[in-house]
Amino acid sequence: MTLAVHRIGPACTIQDQGRTGYLDQGLSRSGAADALALYEGAALLGQSPTCAALEMAGMGGEFEATAPTAFALTGAPMQASVDGSPIAWDASHLLEPGQRLVIGSVLQGSYGYLHLGGGIDAEVFLGSRSTHLTARIGQAVQAGDLLPATGTGRTGMKLRTDDRFSGGVLRVVASFQTSLFDDETLARFTQTDFRRGARANRMGMQLDSEGEGFAAKGQLNILSEVITPGDIQMTGSGNPFILLPECQTTGGYPRIATVLPCDMPRAAQTPAGAQVRFQFVTLEQAVALQSAYAADLARLPGHVEPLVRDPHDIPDLLSYQLISGMISATD
Amino acid sequence: MKQVIKFPLMRSVGFDGLLVTFADTMTESSNRAALALRSAVEHLDLDGVIETSASLASTYIRFDPRQLPHSRIKGQVQQVLDQRNWYDAPLPSGRRLIQVPTVYGTDLAPQLDEAAAAAGLSTDEAIERLGQSRVRVLTIGFAPGQPYLGPLGPEFNIPRLKELTPIVPEGALVLAISQFVLFSGPTPTGWRHVGQTAFRCFRPEMTQSFALNPGDEMQFVPISRDDLEDIRATCTDGSGGATCTEIPS
Repeated sequence: MTLAVHRIGPACTIQDQGRTGYLDQGLSRSGAADALALYEGAALLGQSPTCAALEMAGMGGEFEATAPTAFALTGAPMQASVDGSPIAWDASHLLEPGQRLVIGSVLQGSYGYLHLGGGIDAEVFLGSRSTHLTARIGQAVQAGDLLPATGTGRTGMKLRTDDRFSGGVLRVVASFQTSLFDDETLARFTQTDFRRGARANRMGMQLDSEGEGFAAKGQLNILSEVITPGDIQMTGSGNPFILLPECQTTGGYPRIATVLPCDMPRAAQTPAGAQVRFQFVTLEQAVALQSAYAADLARLPGHVEPLVRDPHDIPDLLSYQLISGMISATD
Repeated sequence: MKQVIKFPLMRSVGFDGLLVTFADTMTESSNRAALALRSAVEHLDLDGVIETSASLASTYIRFDPRQLPHSRIKGQVQQVLDQRNWYDAPLPSGRRLIQVPTVYGTDLAPQLDEAAAAAGLSTDEAIERLGQSRVRVLTIGFAPGQPYLGPLGPEFNIPRLKELTPIVPEGALVLAISQFVLFSGPTPTGWRHVGQTAFRCFRPEMTQSFALNPGDEMQFVPISRDDLEDIRATCTDGSGGATCTEIPS
């Protein structure tokens, strides 16, 4: 089956878990900005978390199925409806041929995800279906595109998720350039409330704060070194950027710390203006936190429950035609 | 008081990485050491290692610390480090020499004259020296397939520009700090645009998507603008008319 794209936001790309192993060729991993959302979509549809999904930055689109199509919506909640009736987020549904699925603006967070039964069957390049815009691998999905999918999926399921869409505390570990910052600067870094700035894309997101910047010693004379997603890079002005899946692979600006992989979904989902703080943990604590996260991911399929049609669970109750046939005697 | 740093230096990178640094500046021997150590770590074939790379003067190892704890991989890499003097390690085998037809100067590469002046050379002298230089792929990075090449002679140790050039095209040969970069895509840069090639470092449509490997050598052979136009018209494989020969090890 195939999903036709009638209308689409400007920054929607196909993403899976990215391509590993090409760092030595200057190609960063790419992959979903919120990897947790891929696991949630897979759990809802009863498929593998390696399936590719449509990542929608800020705005979704309008879609139509050619055949009955199982789909799921995860990540940053967005307005969503089928033929005008609102549908639940963090849930799987069925789209019948001819029905229109409309996904509007993000309500909270940054990146929403549309998953199809069997995954979106985009071309595999170097082991991944992920678009990498800065490397010119693939391109943003356009109106008129067709999203092919290979399989069926389980529909009518939902998943309760914790809020990771409004910033908060991000756990970080020290990295090899952390010692370029003096103790006073590091202390101030952990005591500062940052706000996500307006500049953000899949390469990185800017953070703003009051007061002076966070400069390293010898800021401009550092030999270019390896960069990994999650690194918090200080630009020349001392403004931090959290680097995301399409970041460059090497760079000369110093990195003050690195966000733990398990906190990257929360980091990437932080909307413009929301507050972020950083908390250093030791490598031992980081391993424990990451292990707990991996265990949670493994347990996700067991947390999926039926989308019960209890009136309290139907946010769109008023949209149902509960009184159909009672307005006109001739209906 | 300046802290004395002892190289090679082993440091952790974020949650899941280890970096072995051989010098705090790029030198021929530190780059060779980084390439050789990377190759040796790959040969260990340790469970839990995800990928490795070499930058100008460092070897990077990414691993899963839940499978391979930081302390254990540090110990393993230290053992390898202790085996020899890495600064005189041989270059990797299977290296190639790639000679790329290049237009120096003209409106295609408009910063040649000022680069020559900064190096204290006439434009013709600069073309001759750059065209004869055999440079090595020191590292690939920043953008896919994009090589940092060097070292060039000390006269080319010229600083980066203060103002960025808003855009140079794919195949642009730029120069600063005794190194070339051959751009794999259109990009802004603070390096001086001295040559233009039709060589594509990253060819995603082809089976062999990456044209270069660290350790390969390159030479940028001067040609005329007309020759480059001919190459653009007739050569469709992305090589830009380059020739490739094996370097015997």
